[in-house]
Amino acid sequence: MENFTPFSAMIGGVLIGLSAIILMGGIGRIAGISGIIGGVFSFHNPLDKLWRLSFIAGLLIIPFVLVLLWPSLKVIQFKTMGGWLIAAGVIVGIGTQLGNGCTSGHGVCGNARISERSIIATITFMTMGIVTVFVAKYLGLFL
Amino acid sequence: MKQAITGFIAGGVFGAGLLISQMTNPSKVIGFLDFFGNWDPSLGFVMVGALITTFFGYRWVLKKPAPAFHTTFHLPTSKDIDLSLVSGAALFGIGWGLSGLCPGPAVAASTLGGLDILYFLGPMILTIAVYRLATSKSAS
Repeated sequence: MENFTPFSAMIGGVLIGLSAIILMGGIGRIAGISGIIGGVFSFHNPLDKLWRLSFIAGLLIIPFVLVLLWPSLKVIQFKTMGGWLIAAGVIVGIGTQLGNGCTSGHGVCGNARISERSIIATITFMTMGIVTVFVAKYLGLFL
Repeated sequence: MKQAITGFIAGGVFGAGLLISQMTNPSKVIGFLDFFGNWDPSLGFVMVGALITTFFGYRWVLKKPAPAFHTTFHLPTSKDIDLSLVSGAALFGIGWGLSGLCPGPAVAASTLGGLDILYFLGPMILTIAVYRLATSKSAS
């Protein structure tokens, strides 16, 4: 349990919640990342693309700036490499589009609205995530 | 313009939350999913913090007649528990467990994780693009 970090996790969670409130209160949109990215490729209205690309820009730039200011925030260790990451990227891409959401859209926004679909989706991806880690460890896939 | 600024701020706050909570660290995420091993429950607190905040925030915001800089709230209308929902979520869970990455953290860490993060992010975005262009899906 030496890696247990409940306080920073809780603060981060509250910030994610605030982001969801800002996006809904400001422009009436769900803060679901896979949906926001997907919409870039499926809507033809330039105004619609604009807020999506701005959101993605903020999501990318602000962590970059924070890490420049506080380098200790940058802790990134991978457990899988190369081909496994490529495969996971493809699977996450298909899965989030087919299931209409990910950890943010279903896990935070949908569950906060007590959406039955989101609750089912969250239970499903959590369970599969736990099973996958169990199997991957058993097969010795992790570094 | 106000829509774009709102989007940027929301994205930035989201990214800060992911970074501070260490959702951007694949090992941390896998530690959280390693329920039967050396389980690190930290990221459960991300979920709890985000859910409580959003639950009360949405109740307050959705009482208003419209968002501040737009005409309507775009809320998902589908109620169907169907095969695509469950199989999609299952696939997502497999990819999440295998990599320790989901879409938000992958974007947030894209400038921080060297080439490895791009191995995941590139194929993910490409797949999403192909899927959307192939189905012309109009989603949330």
